[in-house]
Amino acid sequence: MAQAPGGHGRLPAHFHAPGGASFSEFLAVAAPDLLPSKRELPPGVIDAPHGTTIVAVVHASGVIMAGDRRATMGNVIAQRDIEKVFPADDYSVVGIAGTAGLAVEMVRLFQVELEHYEKMEGHVLSLDGKANRLSAMIRGNLAMAMQGLAVVPLFAGFDLEGAVGRIFSYDVTGGRYEEHSFHSVGSGSTFARSALKKRYRDGVSEAEAVKLAVDALYDAADDDSATGGPDLTRRIWPVVMGVTDSGSRRLPDDEVGAVVQTVVDERMTNPGG
Amino acid sequence: MTQPFYVSPEQLMKDKSDYARKGIARGRSVLTLAYADGILFVGENPSNALHKISEIYDRIAFAAVGKYNEFENLRLAGVRYADLRGYQYDRRDVTSRGLANAYAQTLGTIFTESGKPYEVELVVAEVGERAADDQIYRLTYDGSVGEEHRHVVMGGNSEPISTYVTERYDPDASLEQALELAVAALSHAPDGTKRTISAGDLEAAVLDRTRPRRAFQRLVGPRLERLLGQETTPA
Repeated sequence: MAQAPGGHGRLPAHFHAPGGASFSEFLAVAAPDLLPSKRELPPGVIDAPHGTTIVAVVHASGVIMAGDRRATMGNVIAQRDIEKVFPADDYSVVGIAGTAGLAVEMVRLFQVELEHYEKMEGHVLSLDGKANRLSAMIRGNLAMAMQGLAVVPLFAGFDLEGAVGRIFSYDVTGGRYEEHSFHSVGSGSTFARSALKKRYRDGVSEAEAVKLAVDALYDAADDDSATGGPDLTRRIWPVVMGVTDSGSRRLPDDEVGAVVQTVVDERMTNPGG
Repeated sequence: MTQPFYVSPEQLMKDKSDYARKGIARGRSVLTLAYADGILFVGENPSNALHKISEIYDRIAFAAVGKYNEFENLRLAGVRYADLRGYQYDRRDVTSRGLANAYAQTLGTIFTESGKPYEVELVVAEVGERAADDQIYRLTYDGSVGEEHRHVVMGGNSEPISTYVTERYDPDASLEQALELAVAALSHAPDGTKRTISAGDLEAAVLDRTRPRRAFQRLVGPRLERLLGQETTPA
């Protein structure tokens, strides 16, 4: 525990405070040093590994999200198999571009935040409610974003009320925008989005959406040095997560590998896709 | 000048205990029962919203009898404790033993230091990789904590129910068999008569060791009816 339990070892009063279903609000009282927004930073710009491109595509039965595996620090590839797409809860996923360390921490806090709410209140937050919580967390990170430690997430989930897949994007100030059909964030996002714009059709199936996403990541890696293409020698494939009415799941490596192989084979004869 | 009456500490504690026991005995019982694939919790509770059985963490659940506002407060504190632990260290570092200790300290302090003790009894249970790793802790209103083996009955009228379960308990029972035993025990009156408890009046949940990560699952609606063999055939 962050603080020694008060009195004769009983849990301190803030553990018993009524109301409050938010874990980050509880952390602000119980262990404020664990909150990224409460941290003091030295002046100047800090150099740390950055994650790059994430794409999300809505399809007929939900939504998928995919991310490349590269983290860069300046001209160095900091990691070649980093994971940047995570399950947020049973019906939503989050992918993060930007400062890798802070992004992973934010995702971890966000996951606990959603589960904490569910356990405290006995029901799951609405998809808009989840998107708004993430917005508040990014807003708290604004000071760090000013010092070059920006975190830019992409959030997608299955809306159980409307029975559709939805995508939300954010800016560094915590602004939340709903995206239609597809979206991409990160350094290679311009190229990925252009690729999706040309290839996307309404009502695509999940399998087609996965192919579109892998194709878009290939195009991003083709033109952006910070985005990693499929690593055929080490068999490192993009992380792909799908959300449908039966929940979120990570697509197994052999399934993604087969799609990657198809995309690469096609590019052998038509490098531009 | 009037002198305050002297009350011996023994008498004071006894009065508090009697008070808490009376409050707990008024409520209905909750059963905790280990079966082959996990731990089953069953209680009689007509409400669908005011739960006596709840999830605390990935492999840990909480069951309580007594005064709702008091055990609900302890449940919230338990969820906060577990989520904080898991966030500070790792999800695997959240244990039922740590939680039972925190509850024991809290209940003990409330019992000795406040005018009114909590009228609650709790079970903190954790499902392990194998049946031998399961842990069940029972906590009473005064902060006493005991590790229980395989099954516990809490609440009013717990003695005959406990005897009933002990006589028929089978550690290798399937979920259906364990649920059947639990419901039979709850509906079994001390004079030998039996009443029927419908699925709608039961609150049931399991910690299922075969589930990935979050083992806790409520048994509700059609699934509970099916498990109880009370299935209503669709018209």
